[in-house]
Amino acid sequence: MTQTPEMHFIPRENYLNQGKTLVSWLFTHDHKRIALLYLISITFFFLIGSIAAVLMRIELTNPHGEFFTSTTYNKLFTLHGVIMVWFFLIPSIPNVLGNFLLPIMIGARDMAFPRLNLLSWYVFMFGGLFALASIILGGVDTGWTFYTPYSSTYSNGWVIAMAVGIFINGFSSIFTGLNFIVTVHKLRAPGMTWFRLPLFVWTLYSTSLIFVLATPVLAITLTLVALERGFGVGIFDPRIGGDPLLFQHLFWFYSHPAVYIMILPAMGVISELIAAFSRKPIFGYDFIVYASLGIAFLGFLVWGHHMFVSGQSIYAGMIFSLLSFFVAVPSAIKVFNWTATLYKGHISFEAPLLYALSFIALFTIGGMTGLMLASLAVDVHVTQTYFIVAHFHYIMVGGAVMAYLGGIHYWFPKISGRMYPENLARWAAVILFVGFNLAFFPQFILGYMGMPRRYHVYPEEFQFLNIVSTCGLPLLGLGYFLPLCYLGWSALFGRIAGPNPWDAPGLEWQIPSPPPSENFPCIPVVTRRPYDYGTNPDTHEPEETEEESHAR
Amino acid sequence: MPAEAGAELPNFPFKDAGHQRESALFGMWIFLATEVLFFGGMFMAYIVYRYLHGQAFQEAGAHQEWYLGFLNTAVLLTSGFTMALAVDFARQGQRNWLLVLFGVTWLLGAAFLGIEGYEYYDKFVQHLVPGTGFRFTGSDPSASEMFFVLYFTMTGLHMFHMFVGLMLILLFGGWSWVSPSFLLKPNRFEVLGLYWAFVDIVWVFLYPLFYLVHPR
Repeated sequence: MTQTPEMHFIPRENYLNQGKTLVSWLFTHDHKRIALLYLISITFFFLIGSIAAVLMRIELTNPHGEFFTSTTYNKLFTLHGVIMVWFFLIPSIPNVLGNFLLPIMIGARDMAFPRLNLLSWYVFMFGGLFALASIILGGVDTGWTFYTPYSSTYSNGWVIAMAVGIFINGFSSIFTGLNFIVTVHKLRAPGMTWFRLPLFVWTLYSTSLIFVLATPVLAITLTLVALERGFGVGIFDPRIGGDPLLFQHLFWFYSHPAVYIMILPAMGVISELIAAFSRKPIFGYDFIVYASLGIAFLGFLVWGHHMFVSGQSIYAGMIFSLLSFFVAVPSAIKVFNWTATLYKGHISFEAPLLYALSFIALFTIGGMTGLMLASLAVDVHVTQTYFIVAHFHYIMVGGAVMAYLGGIHYWFPKISGRMYPENLARWAAVILFVGFNLAFFPQFILGYMGMPRRYHVYPEEFQFLNIVSTCGLPLLGLGYFLPLCYLGWSALFGRIAGPNPWDAPGLEWQIPSPPPSENFPCIPVVTRRPYDYGTNPDTHEPEETEEESHAR
Repeated sequence: MPAEAGAELPNFPFKDAGHQRESALFGMWIFLATEVLFFGGMFMAYIVYRYLHGQAFQEAGAHQEWYLGFLNTAVLLTSGFTMALAVDFARQGQRNWLLVLFGVTWLLGAAFLGIEGYEYYDKFVQHLVPGTGFRFTGSDPSASEMFFVLYFTMTGLHMFHMFVGLMLILLFGGWSWVSPSFLLKPNRFEVLGLYWAFVDIVWVFLYPLFYLVHPR
């Protein structure tokens, strides 16, 4: 990127040094500080979830299940799932990057409801306490899906504590979503019309719609499970004519859209990164906007594809299958638009772009296998196998986590005011990409050969590929550990970045790094569409002005 | 726009009171949308089971005292009226009228909870509480038990919302009694009024589902 020779400095007054006490952080209403509170909390939860994953992979290196009992193994994968889904992935991009950037990107001084924003963090932590308590007291062995009647009647774990934790956590999501929606509607700067919003804001908006409309259904569903477990009689109880399948319908009505909660903000981050490092306006902005909204909408109509083998009506299965195929359309629009943006761009391979390219590759693999799973017959063959595990890890780790790390690198200069070491970061991105594929690609083959998920004892012919998969683990671990170290180091000692190290046009780059407490001394007036990267005129058609179109 | 110290402004991060008011109301409407989905899960369960066990639900519905449900509907809708008046007085800054109407609304809400509590007691006496003590004679007693599971869960969650509403009325009422400046932002009361209206409307749906199922 262009290195301007001018001297950069950290502004004397910025959001980081306005109050240095712990209390000033715990009672802050500043969206940027709340984002950092979230950053620390979810990194902690990520660590816990990762430890469970490491233990599982070690256990799977031998086919006889020598280290853990089956119950312990069940508790490990439940812990991994619950922590990673609700306490890391769902809050990751929206609550850290979204919280930090959304008001700045639309030219606002804070979220619409700053106190609600802080409350959402406390609610999140309170829910986390319940989840941790249930883990420490003995864990839960139901899987992250809590299928009835096992969870409501037979399981011996701390299901109620865990359900309460997730219920509370859900309200944190709802508050965040509500805050984002009102902020985007009401606090856009003058001239920041809907179609001048950065794509990251659009994806956060789409995600917020899902937060607000899907999460309450999970809340009521888990409440009903907890009530049934507590009182010994309840809505999903087959003894009194209840239908355990109803639980699955309600659960997936939330949990499938939840997948898009994880991937949509990731797509938004990728749109920003691709445009910034190919130095071009994003190709087909409007289409990407509609694709985001389309994914959010279609996400509510496809939950039944998790239930193809549950005994639901075959016609329901066919409709859900067809609708699931439809989701591929907006997803593909995005992938094609990103590649078209790269085409003839002035590409520079900084670390954030490496993460973005990894995202595109891995998301495409994850998405294509998703199409296989959306077809009824193939799904019946691979249901409950490692094929599913590999598929959703390609989307969630290969997609969401890659984008999260890419975004953290890209906006790190804005958050901390300092640069990270570029070469080390490039290596970390490559190591993560290799390690991820080594860990998860063999699982596609394993699953297709028929290895079931959620078992720690398996036939010996699967051992080789399982060992290969576990071999990816040290690389994967290194890929996460390196950024943790060098980002931590550079936050204190890195080279000073200056307000706009990437020479990017977004509003967040027009203010000092780190930003002052209320972002803008004067609310900016926006006159241009986003991604105005002054490309050379022969590759980019100038936009037709209104007079020109009238003249035509 | 001049540079100004943002967070000290009374309407931060909004331009002015009007901007804040419309944002607060908009936020409340979104919250109510989540509440609709929250209750929606249970209404879905009711629809499915009513379809599966229609006969058993009708028999169970015959054990419901329709006049208590009717009384409660009347009480709650009246409280909705007094709440709407209270919000209007808050908007006009008439603190005494606000407090009187809050008092009336609170008493009506408490009366609703009392009547509902009496019904729960009555169910207990008649062995209609789901669980080990449940006794029922009919074509499919266990499916009728499901009716009462739904009855207790749905009215229970509705009563919880009522309880939260009563606490908020106490809080807002107490606050405006102690410091009249609390009335300077009437959107607080408008938001509470929306919440109360939502709780009313949920009951308007619960009443026919649980009290008018049995053909008379």
